[in-house]
Amino acid sequence: MTQSPFSPGVAAGRLDDAAYSENFSDLHPALDPHEALVAADRCYFCHDAPCITACPTDIDIPLFIRQIATGTPDAAAKTILSQNIMGGMCARVCPTETLCEEACVREMAEGKPVKIGQLQRYATDHLQEQGIHPFSRAAVTGKTVAVVGAGPAGLSCAHRLAMLGHDVTAYDARAKAGGLNEYGIAAYKTPEGFAQAEVDWLLQIGGITLEHGKALGADVSLDQLKSEFDAVFLGMGLGGVNALNVEGGDKAGVSDAVDFIADLRQASDLGALPVGRDVVVIGGGMTAVDAAVQSKLLGALNVTLAYRRGRDRMNASVFEQDLAASKGVRIMTNVVPKALHGNGAVQEIEFEYVTDDMTGTGETVRIPADQVLRAIGQTLKGDGLPDLEGGKIAVAGAGRTSVTGVWAGGDCASGGDDLTVTAVAEGRDAAMDIHASLMG
Amino acid sequence: MANLQSNFIGIKSPNPFWLASAPPTDKEYNVRRAFEAGWGGVVWKTLGEAGPPVVNVNGPRYGAIYGADRRLLGLNNIELITDRPLEVNLQEIKAVKRDYPDRAMVVSLMVPCEEDPWARILPLVEETGADGVELNFGCPHGMSERGMGSAVGQVPEYIEMVTRWVKKHTRMPVIVKLTPNITDVRKPAAAAKAGGADAVSLINTINSITSVDLDLFSPEPTIDGKGAHGGYCGPAVKPIALNMVAEIARDPSLRDVPISGIGGVTTWKDAAEFLALGAGNVQVCTAAMTYGFKIVQEMISGLSDYMDDKGLASVDELVGRAVPNVTDWQYLNLNYVSKAKINQDLCISCGRCYAACEDTSHQAISMSDDRVFEVIDDECVACNLCVNVCPVENCITMEAMEPGLIDPRTGKVVEPDYANWTTHPNNPSATAAE
Repeated sequence: MTQSPFSPGVAAGRLDDAAYSENFSDLHPALDPHEALVAADRCYFCHDAPCITACPTDIDIPLFIRQIATGTPDAAAKTILSQNIMGGMCARVCPTETLCEEACVREMAEGKPVKIGQLQRYATDHLQEQGIHPFSRAAVTGKTVAVVGAGPAGLSCAHRLAMLGHDVTAYDARAKAGGLNEYGIAAYKTPEGFAQAEVDWLLQIGGITLEHGKALGADVSLDQLKSEFDAVFLGMGLGGVNALNVEGGDKAGVSDAVDFIADLRQASDLGALPVGRDVVVIGGGMTAVDAAVQSKLLGALNVTLAYRRGRDRMNASVFEQDLAASKGVRIMTNVVPKALHGNGAVQEIEFEYVTDDMTGTGETVRIPADQVLRAIGQTLKGDGLPDLEGGKIAVAGAGRTSVTGVWAGGDCASGGDDLTVTAVAEGRDAAMDIHASLMG
Repeated sequence: MANLQSNFIGIKSPNPFWLASAPPTDKEYNVRRAFEAGWGGVVWKTLGEAGPPVVNVNGPRYGAIYGADRRLLGLNNIELITDRPLEVNLQEIKAVKRDYPDRAMVVSLMVPCEEDPWARILPLVEETGADGVELNFGCPHGMSERGMGSAVGQVPEYIEMVTRWVKKHTRMPVIVKLTPNITDVRKPAAAAKAGGADAVSLINTINSITSVDLDLFSPEPTIDGKGAHGGYCGPAVKPIALNMVAEIARDPSLRDVPISGIGGVTTWKDAAEFLALGAGNVQVCTAAMTYGFKIVQEMISGLSDYMDDKGLASVDELVGRAVPNVTDWQYLNLNYVSKAKINQDLCISCGRCYAACEDTSHQAISMSDDRVFEVIDDECVACNLCVNVCPVENCITMEAMEPGLIDPRTGKVVEPDYANWTTHPNNPSATAAE
């Protein structure tokens, strides 16, 4: 450790190995069997439970919790995974505080919901750590489907189609499958290689061929896929990033938060990852929080998350905002970047204060910044796609696009929140619709 | 603070909370700790005859039933009477009684069903200065196969005979402990009375298998792959015990038999319920075995606060208060009409009332799209199931309808007068109402 948090500029190795290991360990350690039973005992087994309604994948939560409580966690896992094949990842990354746990009647009763997310993880881990894949393929149908993007939407779609007997080829631009699970989520939410382990486990269903390093547009075209396969599912996410169009926005030290997170997730040695002393993240979503918190955990001295509106408008959940604050991230609101200053490399960022309706106040503030991370939204990339709506592929029903035989889901498709769990649901539902269409 | 002083068949104790004859009262060390903690008295764990003592199994002696969060609701045991030498127990009883003269010291006894063994042991117990004896006619396992315990308690003639011997050979008050493993508890109670017993205590434990080990296919507790039935106790048996106590308390021919109430007493409230149903005091075991002797402090403060609240000056004023209200079904007022009412401010929208009513009862609760649950008075028969399954205290209540109103379920006016089944027109053997 030659550097410290005080070292100026963008530098690697600000902390010792023990600190990295501690900082990037599991955010929510797994429940042990006793904790799981205590937590499961709190479930009331509600009628037509509101937690199920709140879950984008409609997992039968009271049933799986009862299965845990009665000593059958593998049966619980099957209940979860039959609705959500990525239940293990969703248990880790879902904003449960705004989904199932917000709806839990014990949240209303006592302000303390049943720990649904952690119980889900307990069950899915219990099954997956034994290497058990509880589903098997139906007789092969001879139908083939191309899935573009091996992220949550694509893999969910692929698994369901494979289970129904279709042969799936999944194309992904990256070297590894998993999409944002592998490249775009904070490391402390899914440590110890869970994302790849889940992909490997999912592929045990059989009937799915992965084609890595194949991007739509560059390496394969939609027309080609349409002609070679019986159906196509587009789940490639949002590959583009919004630019920061301000004076000095191209200075050294400015980069995309998604790349910063991807590099961090793929790093074998966190101590080799450079991070600024004074980091400023621009944005208010989950990506912004993930980048800001991880900058702090990598040893940045000062991390500021700058958002153009008030905290109540941030896409990041209150839990995420509080997490950032608890890690020492300063959240600035009602500020828009006006200019980046510095001789070659960025040294300061200048903001203007704005009102809630984004009207400039004319007052500005400059804060030190040797690293600026853009997290101001991602965009759909590609030409020759089906019709768009609001910058995304327009879908109707279960992911049907304007092009016959082409379905879409996940972040690249219109409708639904940009959440892992939503992507899984959309992939699954599109698969069922593709199946009905192919077998009809 | 209310006066909790108790005088049960002449045996005085500072409060009505005694520890029952069981493992907690098996030896001097435990009983001293109990008295230091505040227990009013103990019934020393059952003594057998002189000579080689009984032996216990060396595997598990207890099995359990749990509620949520492993809260122990029921305990079963296959332990026998004391397995320590008679003379050791007698010395210890004497020593403890000498040091705690204000506490009740009752000694439980079980010897063969012949007069001589009883005649031999009673003077030895008297010599300790103990306040009384309790005859263990209830133990349902191990001893019953040897012609003792519940083998005696299940035959009223034996109860009467042995009780008579005991009364003949001692001046001490005699409590006969009854087994619940019978069909009508009034028969053994009557036999005890006929034999001259000063009181009965009930219930002893209930024949039970708590669970089955599904790998070994053996009942729990499992001893080397086999299990035997044990005696069940703890909170789960309280309703059975309360009923048996009430059956004796309200029987005209047994009304004068003092009762020591036993069976699942865990809190002051449980104790107050036993007292209200006619028990003169209570005996506790499982609660102490679960939480330790300190629980008596809550029992003392709780009962005292309750008595102050009700203006009861002594425990005796509480004893039997509920007995006149224990009746038979046929005398219940069929003109009393109530309806469930859900307090929307307290409701947490879990929908358990709805599931229970819709699936298993009378379809008398409605559910809106936004999860508001309301009682449909037209269908509600006031069964109380919704109240029972609701996780929130007092969220659902049963509200009596005022006489003169029309019950929307039956379309009939709620009558102000009492009328029961014996005069109901649907009863083929009804007597004329007038």
